[in-house]
Amino acid sequence: MNLLEMNHIRKHFDGLEVIQDISLSVGEGEILSIIGPSGSGKSTMLRCATMLEKIDAGEVLYMGERAACVTEDGRQIYPKGEEAKQIRSYFGLVFQNFNLFPHYSVMKNITDAPITIQKRKRDEVYEEARSLLKKMGLEDKENAYPCQLSGGQCQRVAIARALALNPRILFFDEPTSALDPELTGEVLKVIRSLADLQIAMVIVTHEMAFARSISDRVIFMDKGVVALEGKPDAVFDSDNGRIREFLGKIAER
Amino acid sequence: MSFSVMLEQLSSGMVKSLGIFVLTLVFSLPLGLLVAFGRMSKNRLLQNIIKVYISVLRGTPLMLQLLVVYFGPYYLFGMRIGGTYRFLAIIIGFSLNYAAYFAEIYRSGIESMPVGQYEAATVLGYNKIQCFFRIIFPQVVKRILPAVTNEVITLVKDTSLSFSLAYAEMFTIAKQIAAAQTTFMPFVVAAIFYYVFNLVVAVTMEKIEKKLSYYQ
Repeated sequence: MNLLEMNHIRKHFDGLEVIQDISLSVGEGEILSIIGPSGSGKSTMLRCATMLEKIDAGEVLYMGERAACVTEDGRQIYPKGEEAKQIRSYFGLVFQNFNLFPHYSVMKNITDAPITIQKRKRDEVYEEARSLLKKMGLEDKENAYPCQLSGGQCQRVAIARALALNPRILFFDEPTSALDPELTGEVLKVIRSLADLQIAMVIVTHEMAFARSISDRVIFMDKGVVALEGKPDAVFDSDNGRIREFLGKIAER
Repeated sequence: MSFSVMLEQLSSGMVKSLGIFVLTLVFSLPLGLLVAFGRMSKNRLLQNIIKVYISVLRGTPLMLQLLVVYFGPYYLFGMRIGGTYRFLAIIIGFSLNYAAYFAEIYRSGIESMPVGQYEAATVLGYNKIQCFFRIIFPQVVKRILPAVTNEVITLVKDTSLSFSLAYAEMFTIAKQIAAAQTTFMPFVVAAIFYYVFNLVVAVTMEKIEKKLSYYQ
């Protein structure tokens, strides 16, 4: 069974079709990158997958459990209460601009949800958080506040915060777009190091070399549809006109 | 009347002013939050009712509102007024009025919060109540503190409006002494009392602001 399945998703904003009948699936431990020009619907697709955006048609399933669906007559059905909580526990999301909680220390940012939402034991959560921070290279920052950290450090805390809930799949929404090139490297390195955790990852990114080397599969989105999908080499070396144009523009930078 | 007797009488009035001040805050701060929720509710009817409430309470004099709360029950239902109801009417009037102002301050703070904070909390599994009280509200408090300080300082001075219901707080007493003894002195003393009171309020609020300045 696929970890995540999105079937025939449609999404429009004020009549503009941002996503036009897209289906995609992610298997256990799979690393999927989504690339494409701005406005192609990549981020919207992630927001639909993480239930931050309501879909206008189609269905979203995690481990076969329904996270969102739209009926024939256009009713949007979303799980509530415990059911929703269960489904949310399957995934984590790392935002472009981190969205850390500024009033919480690094430690509290990471541990608050496992303790208050998952009702796990404080000592155990703290121990796990410390090892996550170590993995992120931030072992000396647990008492710092987000405003005292660099963007790259903030993003690594945000990754640790998502991992602390032990998700099966982690979404990255342009995790390095708010960072300068130097800080981008440190965040990409951390994401790369997660590859052996056996967590599935879906990464929306503009870092082409990174996407090519880390991914099991790449999706190229353009104007709300999947224009190309396949192994990284097959996609990046494809002679499809649209992706050649896109990669050409990126190379010009 | 000796100066010390006057001071004593004014001090006892001060205690009553302080009582109005504290009780008004105790009731209007939580009530204001509820009103703010109503104001931001998706329910159009509730939203409009609250809009009218805020509009009326901000648009008419507090003194007049106190008179309505105090005398209204008598004219409407023939209820016996006076006695303990005088103080009760003052607290009700002040709380309802200040809740309207606080509601708008809360709303300004809540609406200024970046949507990303809600989204991050939602994805991490916080439900709406947890998200509000753990993530949003603490940050809102920091944002609205200067505006709240303004209101609280105004409240200290507004307690003097209770003279309109002849409640024996400091200003009422100062007026009585001044009229009886034909002296200006009680007003001078009252002014100093109010000023010192507000100085304490301002310093306290500044301390709280400092305490919350550990993050941005």
